[in-house]
Amino acid sequence: MYYVGIDIGSTASKTAVRGGKELMFVLPTGWSSKETTMTIREKLLEEGIDVSSDEVKVVATGYGRVAVDFADYVITEITCHARGGRELAGDDCTIIDVGGQDTKVILVAAGSVQDFLMNDKCSAGTGKFLEIMANRLGVTLQELFDMADIGQVLAISSLCTVFAESEVINYIGEGKKREDIAAGVVDSVAAKVAQLAGRKNLSDKIILTGGISSSVYFTDILSRKLGKTVQPTENGRYAGAIGAALLAEEKSRRR
Amino acid sequence: MADNHKMWEELGMNLELHDQLCAVLPQAVGDVFLSQENRPEGMDYYDMVVADIHGIRPSELIAHQENGGKVFGTFCVYVPDEVIFAADAIATGLCGGSQFWVPGGEKVLPTNTCPLIKASVGARLDRTCPFFRIADMYIGETTCDGKKKAWEILSEDVPVHVMDLPQMKRVKDVKAWAEEIAALKDVVEKFTGNQVTPEKLAENIKLINNKRKALARLYECRKSETVPISGTDALVISQIAFYDDPARFAQMTNKLCDELEKRIAEGVSVVSAGTKRIMLTGTPLAIPNWKLHNIVETSGAVVVCEEMCTGTRYFERYVDETKETLEEQIDAIAERYMGINCACFTPNHARIDDIIRLAKEYKVDGIIDVNLKFCNLYDTEGYFVERALKEEGIPVLGIETDYTDSDAQQLRTRVSAFVEMLNN
Repeated sequence: MYYVGIDIGSTASKTAVRGGKELMFVLPTGWSSKETTMTIREKLLEEGIDVSSDEVKVVATGYGRVAVDFADYVITEITCHARGGRELAGDDCTIIDVGGQDTKVILVAAGSVQDFLMNDKCSAGTGKFLEIMANRLGVTLQELFDMADIGQVLAISSLCTVFAESEVINYIGEGKKREDIAAGVVDSVAAKVAQLAGRKNLSDKIILTGGISSSVYFTDILSRKLGKTVQPTENGRYAGAIGAALLAEEKSRRR
Repeated sequence: MADNHKMWEELGMNLELHDQLCAVLPQAVGDVFLSQENRPEGMDYYDMVVADIHGIRPSELIAHQENGGKVFGTFCVYVPDEVIFAADAIATGLCGGSQFWVPGGEKVLPTNTCPLIKASVGARLDRTCPFFRIADMYIGETTCDGKKKAWEILSEDVPVHVMDLPQMKRVKDVKAWAEEIAALKDVVEKFTGNQVTPEKLAENIKLINNKRKALARLYECRKSETVPISGTDALVISQIAFYDDPARFAQMTNKLCDELEKRIAEGVSVVSAGTKRIMLTGTPLAIPNWKLHNIVETSGAVVVCEEMCTGTRYFERYVDETKETLEEQIDAIAERYMGINCACFTPNHARIDDIIRLAKEYKVDGIIDVNLKFCNLYDTEGYFVERALKEEGIPVLGIETDYTDSDAQQLRTRVSAFVEMLNN
């Protein structure tokens, strides 16, 4: 049996396979979730995993989850992230997921979702904010973090991505150092995430998931702002997909 | 519909713009209501009333005016309908619940005003709602800052009387509200030329109480383990209660309840056993705002109660029918209305008690605390609501939204995740 978890995020689409084979890969979502889904299907077939076979169980999650028409189950990213997070951090933990279009805080107790929080429609405090600012500074996300690490934080006070971008443009106009602007950008995202997470009683074990989950630099800032240790995770961007694969297994066993 | 166009034209409406609204309504009604399975037959009446929302009731109101009667438009569950009806006038709820009217309101109001106020002002100024055209006078109230200023803007276009609602619930505040109700009586008498006699008032206290009793009976049915009616259908009934003829509404709702009680006895449910029961708390859902009920009920759960103005706040508790003098009657009316618990009051512990009581009465599995964007009062009170529910061990999901559909997918994710959490 193969258990496949597919997490179609707004920016990246993650796939995790368990069972007969252990496998993980990521693709950019691009403009069409449907097309990305087709590519994932083909990639799985190359690995000898045919999603139309009875030997393969698929759980789809993420904002594009409904586009995965071959899925056996469709489960929200909250539940899948919680399951994946549990696998990475244990039965009692808090998962902070900084995603491409939204940021989630999920409280897991005794292995189940106890409570969760998502940012509002606005993109402040999400990966989108970082992406837009990196583009504005003409660097990649990794370069943005590297630059921020050696910069001095310049205050970016606006909570709105559009207005914050104007602030960044002003700093560029004033000839401020790119490193300092980068430090300000990362700091402002961490502040927004901490503000959201601070609304809940977080457990002692906190992990970061999502596309920037392996950044020690980011978890350090976030830990400082929260007053609690946030651990980076190596495969954190796959948390949703891993959770989906685990749920595929559990759901088909339960039947 | 041809007749409607003539009526709308005579009301001075912007027909071109209004046609756009008329064009989308049937689709919305079809998607939200008619797609539901196993609906009670008694919903036919409400389906008809909604399908011709700008035709049937407006023409009745106009007929009333042609007979010399007046129509008062109201915006709040604190405004006592019985006083208006006692002067042989008709009260009709005017709150706007569609994004269609919001841009019109934004022409004169700050963007960060709640959508309900923006839609209401827009519906009047853009001339795209017959009810807003028909009402001879609007009765406003001082429930929030946004509304207070909106009345000033509206009063340049239509006569407005504003009732000063106290914001605390001390004995002197109840007395002050009684004085405001007496002042409303004077305004209504002068405007209609009809006297509000104790006999007339007693008769209309009964009329409105009977409407409340019909709604209470409907909600009683929703407490049952067997769910005889969807939350979406119950919501539209609550919304129609604000503008329908009160006697006919009570009659039709009681008729529906006969059917619902029979369903309960026979175990006929609109959802499968074990479906999670959700209560919504918070800001009102003015017609045609069906967004959240639709999302919840197409995400595997069912709404069994609304602790909202379009819900329990509208019908719970009755006005004492035994009083005989105007003064006693007005005191009784003030007492009943001041028992409503809106977030505009401070402190407002009684609302938290209501929510916990209702959660138990309706056997809810989880609560969604809904805040209409930019409603500071309910948003702030959400802090206490969530804390109290947590202490009671009742799962709660806080949601802030407006009338647009742009956040529908995000809301669906949150609501689905909440339902998955409850099912786990």
